[in-house]
Amino acid sequence: MKNPSTTHATFVIERVYEATPARVFAAWSKAEAKARWFACHDDWKSLEYALDFRIGGRETNRVQPPGGLVHAYDARYYDIVPERRIVFAYDMHVGDARISVSLATAVFEPQGGATRLTFTEQGAFLDGLSNAADREEGTRVGLENLAAELGR
Amino acid sequence: MVNYSPALDQVFHALADPARRAIVERLSRGPASVSQLAEPLPMSLPAVFRHLQVLEESGLIRSEKAGRVRTCRIEAAALGAAERWINERRACWERRLDRLGEYLAQHPEDPEPKGKRP
Repeated sequence: MKNPSTTHATFVIERVYEATPARVFAAWSKAEAKARWFACHDDWKSLEYALDFRIGGRETNRVQPPGGLVHAYDARYYDIVPERRIVFAYDMHVGDARISVSLATAVFEPQGGATRLTFTEQGAFLDGLSNAADREEGTRVGLENLAAELGR
Repeated sequence: MVNYSPALDQVFHALADPARRAIVERLSRGPASVSQLAEPLPMSLPAVFRHLQVLEESGLIRSEKAGRVRTCRIEAAALGAAERWINERRACWERRLDRLGEYLAQHPEDPEPKGKRP
């Protein structure tokens, strides 16, 4: 690859759900429940989803945008504290290009009858895609997303 | 060859202004001269130049002067693959966790109550 580069990034997302930690945790630990919310694009085709939820277990997800390259997620679970914490690592491929390797942590905290979920991703984002995809189009879409984000 | 990726906050700062976003959106369709960029904007030419300077410092665009015309173009490397993927990844998890909330609201029954579990 020409000029490989690495960008490290961390982001944190918080949500409060009107549900007990037991229910929120179950939605992460049971494959049939997780498959219901794990998609992030309605119009992408789901090719494969599998979850082996235990320490050392794997999770795989393969999806494909209309007319686009397959996006493959491959995760491994490193730490599981029922109803409190999940730590997993995953990589993402788009076609043959590995675009990121990440450590992700989900922390579940009871808050009254509700649950505060804190999701933290620490990733090494790689540039492999720049050789594989339509860069100009991607840049345009990325900028539109950024603009939409800033306009909120 | 541009070897560095500008920090995301620089890029965000550059894009935090509607006029600069308009400039970037125009340039995403192809290179343009400063006067072409200025035409639709309700501001003086010096103000446009200041915005272009911020965008250039962020690494989002570059410009070059040929004769009396300064032409600007998107610096594709600036908002490179990595930055794009970071933004998309975050947006993806935001959507997932929103969907999780919808799922929990629609499935108030599961899992089984605590007392029944081994």
